Amino acid sequence: MTNPERLATLPPPASQALRDVEAAGGTSARPAANELALSVRQLSVFFGRTQVLKGVSLDAPARAVTAIIGPSGCGKSTFLRSLNRMNDLVPGARVEGQIRLFGQEITGKAVEPAAVRRRVGMVFQKSNPFPTMSVADNVTVGLRLNGQHRRAELAERMEQALVMAALWDEVKDRLHAAATSLSGGQQQRLCIARALAVQPEVLLMDEPASALDPLATAKIEDLIFELKSKYTIVIVTHNMQQAARVSDYTAFFYLGELVEYGTTRRIFTHPVKKQTEDYVTGRFG
Amino acid sequence: MHLATRSSFHYRRKFTNALVQCATCACALLVLAPLALIFYHLFKSGLGALNWDFFTQLPKPVGEAGGGMANAILGTLELLALAGLLGVPVGVLGGIFLSEYGHSRLNWCIRFAADSLNGVPSIIWGMVVYLAVVLPSHGFSALAGGIVLGLIMVPLIMRTTEEVLLLVPQGYREAALALGISQTRTILRIVVRTALKGIVTGILLALARVAGETAPLLFTAFGNRYWNHRLGDPIAALPLQIFNYSISPYEDWHRQAWAGALVLLLFVALINVGVRVLTRDRFGPNS
Repeated sequence: MTNPERLATLPPPASQALRDVEAAGGTSARPAANELALSVRQLSVFFGRTQVLKGVSLDAPARAVTAIIGPSGCGKSTFLRSLNRMNDLVPGARVEGQIRLFGQEITGKAVEPAAVRRRVGMVFQKSNPFPTMSVADNVTVGLRLNGQHRRAELAERMEQALVMAALWDEVKDRLHAAATSLSGGQQQRLCIARALAVQPEVLLMDEPASALDPLATAKIEDLIFELKSKYTIVIVTHNMQQAARVSDYTAFFYLGELVEYGTTRRIFTHPVKKQTEDYVTGRFG
Repeated sequence: MHLATRSSFHYRRKFTNALVQCATCACALLVLAPLALIFYHLFKSGLGALNWDFFTQLPKPVGEAGGGMANAILGTLELLALAGLLGVPVGVLGGIFLSEYGHSRLNWCIRFAADSLNGVPSIIWGMVVYLAVVLPSHGFSALAGGIVLGLIMVPLIMRTTEEVLLLVPQGYREAALALGISQTRTILRIVVRTALKGIVTGILLALARVAGETAPLLFTAFGNRYWNHRLGDPIAALPLQIFNYSISPYEDWHRQAWAGALVLLLFVALINVGVRVLTRDRFGPNS
């Protein structure tokens, strides 16, 4: 599917409830018609004394793409990295608030970060396949290092993941070549395959195409569109056209706060807040 | 006025440039001169004494011609193995701690200690191990020799391991952790694996460095003119044998000392070549 077609077929607003919350000026949205994958309440993140996120509440519907947009330093990435507990790795980071993944609390000391990360996969801005491993080993590494060693199962899951990441046809003849021998766009799709192989429920993408050329970017965007039939995707992007093309819901962050959240079509055509309008029309940021 | 004018300034600038270039080049070449001199002398004086016996025979008693340094060659290998047993695990694990875990102030202290230890003269290491191991155990021993060489290796390996681990991009750690892989497995199977060549290089360079240590062995391994199969007994080592033979009054022993020096140097050179082969990037793009 090409991009203009996709824009034309953006889904209608998820529900009346969503519109109601927005009409009331709330920054939280609750698309009741869809199952919720992630439910974030009053999320605040501090790095030392600096508060990077200020009480963000946001619901991401299952099997849909939610885009996070906003100018640099607005807390988009920090928000995304809260969803799979990656902020735990930052010395001096403190996370307050509540995040539920399909109803289950995933914040707090009682929850094992590794267990959360197996359910919430992540793709990074810079493609980072492991340089010491082959293409095949990169895809199965998450399974192998989590204790799965049955060869038949590994081979099957590897092929599945590569097919899903639309990379199988390109690499099926060189599965044992070094992962770093692939092109930049292929490496990023390999990273997506690697994340998919552990069968997460949610896939987080932190500017997954910002280091790629337009053709490779288009492939990643097509892939995101395909993947949302099975996965919940939350994507951070600097590129507003990309948010408009790939996402069903868009959240606009500014200075650590969620300014506005709603269906992508509404955010880009009838934003309620002036800041949102200024940003999506390119007047600032 | 046009820019191509060759003023006197132009020639002076050219001259100064040539002068500085020559001076820097000469200084750089000076590094080659001692190495060439060492090889020249070792080959000239040592090659004649190198024969099959040298590698297979024990030293002959004083006054008898012939014999070899087989026990010293084996002894050096044994000492290096013992040293590796102590130095490699402690050094590598310590380096992993510095790079991957640790607390900034504690790390600063450990780094400072390791850097200070790297500057401690090796004879002092020998005296310390003499007091700490040799005296309490009532005798020189292979074990004490291995311990002192291993202790010298620890800070060397620790710092090189830390440095190559820090070169591993943070993105690999994050990618592994984001797959739900535990921190321990991420470090051992991803981070250390990525830096493995560098770590092995550090180990080999540390081995090459201690292979030629003589002073600490005088206080610990002591030397031996026979085969030694027990860790508790003194053991021969190439540097010790070279030292003992070169201060002896016998012409034949002098020749053997030269030959021993040649063997030791070739051994160290071999390790360095191994390092070069190891660090060569075999997987270029599209290989």
